[in-house]
Amino acid sequence: MGERAVKLPAESMATNRARTGGRSDGARRRAWEGPLERGIEALIRLCGVSAILFVFAIFFFVVREGAGILFSGFDFVEFLFSSDWYPTSLGNVRYGVFALIVGTFSVTVLAMLIAVPFGLGGAIFISEFTSPRVRETLKIVIELLAAIPSVVWGFIGLSLMNPLIQQVFHVPIGLNVLNGALLLALMSVPIMVSIGEDALKAVPDSYREAALAMGATRWQAVHRVLLPAAKNGLLAAVLLGVGRAVGETMAVLMATGHAVNIPTSPFDPVRTLTATIAAELGEASVGSPHYQVLFVIGILLFTITFVVNLTADLIVKGRGRD
Amino acid sequence: MISTNPNSFLGSVAPMRRVVSLGILALVVGGACKKAPSGEASPAEKLSIQNIGSDTMVNLAQAWAEEYAKVEPNVSVEVSGGGSGVGIAALINKTADIANSSRKLEPAEEEKAKQTGHATPTEFLVGYDGLAIFVSKNNPIDHISVEELGEIYREGGKITKWSELGVTAIPGAKSDDIIRISRQNNSGTYHYFRESVVGKKSDFKQGSLDMNGSKDVVEQVAKTPGAIGYAGLGYATPQVRIVKVSKVKGGPAVVPSIATVHDKSYPISRPMFMYTPGAPAPHVKKYIDWTLSPAGQKLVELTGYVPLAK
Repeated sequence: MGERAVKLPAESMATNRARTGGRSDGARRRAWEGPLERGIEALIRLCGVSAILFVFAIFFFVVREGAGILFSGFDFVEFLFSSDWYPTSLGNVRYGVFALIVGTFSVTVLAMLIAVPFGLGGAIFISEFTSPRVRETLKIVIELLAAIPSVVWGFIGLSLMNPLIQQVFHVPIGLNVLNGALLLALMSVPIMVSIGEDALKAVPDSYREAALAMGATRWQAVHRVLLPAAKNGLLAAVLLGVGRAVGETMAVLMATGHAVNIPTSPFDPVRTLTATIAAELGEASVGSPHYQVLFVIGILLFTITFVVNLTADLIVKGRGRD
Repeated sequence: MISTNPNSFLGSVAPMRRVVSLGILALVVGGACKKAPSGEASPAEKLSIQNIGSDTMVNLAQAWAEEYAKVEPNVSVEVSGGGSGVGIAALINKTADIANSSRKLEPAEEEKAKQTGHATPTEFLVGYDGLAIFVSKNNPIDHISVEELGEIYREGGKITKWSELGVTAIPGAKSDDIIRISRQNNSGTYHYFRESVVGKKSDFKQGSLDMNGSKDVVEQVAKTPGAIGYAGLGYATPQVRIVKVSKVKGGPAVVPSIATVHDKSYPISRPMFMYTPGAPAPHVKKYIDWTLSPAGQKLVELTGYVPLAK
């Protein structure tokens, strides 16, 4: 909605300028301006399609590296449903990623349980309940939170949260699902806040004014009018946070304990799909079955994040319709 | 957008072709990058040494190669792993100038090398690999046997609680469970621990915390009261305790040290060798001599292995 509003005036301005420029300055300027214009246009078009190009090239590369094992009788059932991950065993090599999938999802789900209330609450507060000055300050601080590199988060998890969790919850291991989920929650809150706030901002002021005019309190206006009106945008905010959490590598590698394990409580260590690739790809010899299986995990991850992002996208598209 | 301006649709056909060709270009470049390390020939006047073998030694060999590039810029040492067996096979096939091996050459292999290379391979002892068993500082355990370590770490192993080892109270530990700290499954240390403790064809019990480096193992053991871990002797810190190890239960328990590794009384240690096909070429000999020099041996210590006796 916002995008469309911005695009149209810009476009018409550009065409206007081209028309008047061509007419008033005559052939002298047009001689070099024409090719320049076309050159710039081509360049910009290239920038535009480059994203598509990179995504396809990456996908192609990942599939090509994994293809060797993928298309030669690869046991998908064992891959997806066995939790025996022994890629370098000498006696019995097994590639089962079930525990890794469960690890990824357990950390992501717990992270979202923590992050969604904070993220959406923050978005509602910033968009509806603060003075402009507080809003600007909060936004800057939250953006700062988003700018912290994930390895720094991982370090915090490893050295600060690790002993803290052991002491507070009286558990033997501080590197566990909870530790990773807390970090991921902190990392995805800024995304949720800024996208959620945009979604709330996109609700026309007439809705707020109408609600207040009907005698609703501010909270009633938010709860009954704004949230339903902005629900698609808010859902998209959550899903982008999920995408961030599923794909995050460094922080979870450091904070979750990196243990192939199906967790029975938030205090069990786990290992995620991304962390497995990060830890093992460097030393797996190029082209070996282990190397190829790691790329198959990459394809799996690519599929998961693609589905999440596509869902978010479709929801955002649907926003204008209702 | 597309329907309002037919030109933009027609115009996008040509870029599509460009997209495809650029995509192919990207893949070709990607493929070329992958093969570059082996295919890139060094300049004619530059001497190169092919150094192949033991995964256990690959970090050390790499550290040596990098340092030697500063000492002798005209010689490039190209290191690759694969295992001691791969190194020895390369030695026999004469594709390696130096084979790294964490075991002695078997007589049959020596015979084979003689046939293909017309000379007995020359052996150089370059250092030792010794793994220490670490527990947290407050853990009262005094010694442990290789057998018990195997039961703790092996898939299907019986020992999971500290009380089964006779340790009843570890200050600060929240449970009786032994928290196994291990390494990621392609590290040389992991391979050696598997070979010497867990069992060559056996696997590790799942659920261990797999760290990315020996330093991380020691740090994690320090922070987790109920933990046990293994790493090179050189990684010991004041925050952890080293446990004495006996070959069999009830046997003499030995503290790992440079001395006990040298006299072979410490059970989880082994020598590391370099082999050359026959007598080494002058530039290879010079390299090996450098690895045996104080500067080279210093790197042995820095990478977590045990240097030679002085």
